[in-house]
Amino acid sequence: MIVRFWGSRGSLPVAIGVRGIRAKIHEALLAARGHKLDTPKAIESFIERDLPFSIGGSYGGNSSCVEIVTGDEEFVLCDLGSGLREFGNHVLLSRGPERRSVFNVFLSHLHWDHIMGFPFFTPAYIPGNLIRIHGCHKAMRNAFIRQQSAPCFPVDFQSVGATVEFVELETGHSYDIAGFSVTPFPQNHPNESYGYRFTRDDKVVVYSTDSEHKYQSLEPSHPVIDAFRDADVLIFDAQYSLAEQTSSKEDWGHSSNIIAVELAHMAGVKHLVMYHHEPNCDDHALDTILAETRRYAELSVSDSKLQISSAYDGLEIVI
Amino acid sequence: MEISEQRNGEVVVLGPVGRIDNDTSPDFQAKLLSSVGDNGARVLVNLSGVDYISSAGLRALMMASKQSKATEGRLAVAALGPVVQEIFTISRFALVVQVFDTPGEAIEALRA
Repeated sequence: MIVRFWGSRGSLPVAIGVRGIRAKIHEALLAARGHKLDTPKAIESFIERDLPFSIGGSYGGNSSCVEIVTGDEEFVLCDLGSGLREFGNHVLLSRGPERRSVFNVFLSHLHWDHIMGFPFFTPAYIPGNLIRIHGCHKAMRNAFIRQQSAPCFPVDFQSVGATVEFVELETGHSYDIAGFSVTPFPQNHPNESYGYRFTRDDKVVVYSTDSEHKYQSLEPSHPVIDAFRDADVLIFDAQYSLAEQTSSKEDWGHSSNIIAVELAHMAGVKHLVMYHHEPNCDDHALDTILAETRRYAELSVSDSKLQISSAYDGLEIVI
Repeated sequence: MEISEQRNGEVVVLGPVGRIDNDTSPDFQAKLLSSVGDNGARVLVNLSGVDYISSAGLRALMMASKQSKATEGRLAVAALGPVVQEIFTISRFALVVQVFDTPGEAIEALRA
């Protein structure tokens, strides 16, 4: 099983500009001094080994979209942020434009950054494709219609060629979908959001974004601990610092890296992936936050085995 | 949790000892909020005896900070050890709670 990130950014897609690119090139060239980089292999090795990720790479800027790859015929996606566009291009490239596919989507909620990719999802315009959008919000269909209608969008939702089904799920129930046992659970977020626990062959992936965990979540008996329990991968909204989460951004519906680590430790999570990155954080800031989060895990549990990553567009985690 | 309390003029100085985590933070929070009160109290938390502080402890400080501001009081922390200093940095709490290197500096500032 592979968890593949097509969009990791929260609230709003972002794009690095010319200043950001020039800064990366400048830093890379400074770091390259004294290195013999006369072959493509030497250059590749230098980038991989000697440059921090924020210089040699990027966390990207697409909004929430995660694929769980099983090798089965049907696709499984979490959220339809702007990262969906590149996923759609990938599908057409890898399967060809003639082959028809089934897409199983699990929506955390209906805020625009989590559905904004749909109008740009090319497979949605191809008759014969089937898109099943699962979620716990009754207003799913209306949200997609509103998003893709005049005066806000020139191509009406009703004109998409694929068959689009909206499947309402309930929390507290488990569903057999696309080879997974899927259990939605409620989260604390304006207009409500839902996380999903995916289980298959004793492997567990939990998608939990746009959830503000207040102090009560840290009680061992809190339902979120069960929702996260023993997850091989926990995808977790750590958009804010703890200071922001408990002051200026209180009740905005997001959590922090500190809470992420504490909950992951309590629930026995194996790999924590921070997600839904703050748009104002550039690559350097996200590198710093990742290092700090790993350090906090060491400080809080002396023999911590928790693996910690920060999601980036293009990240693939093999379970 | 062991929390000493002293007065330095008008400043109440609290001295928690050990770890401030899920188990001990209720005591810490209760003592802290009681000291902040509702009448403009000036409170210093001397963290020199604290080995580690979790989100629960930081949350108590945030609640106390809000209560202090609401009641025209003042709150500060001082003498953070290396681990607590790291946690304050990681959590960005140094941006929301006044931090001083020494209790002396903090008391002088709180009196001003």
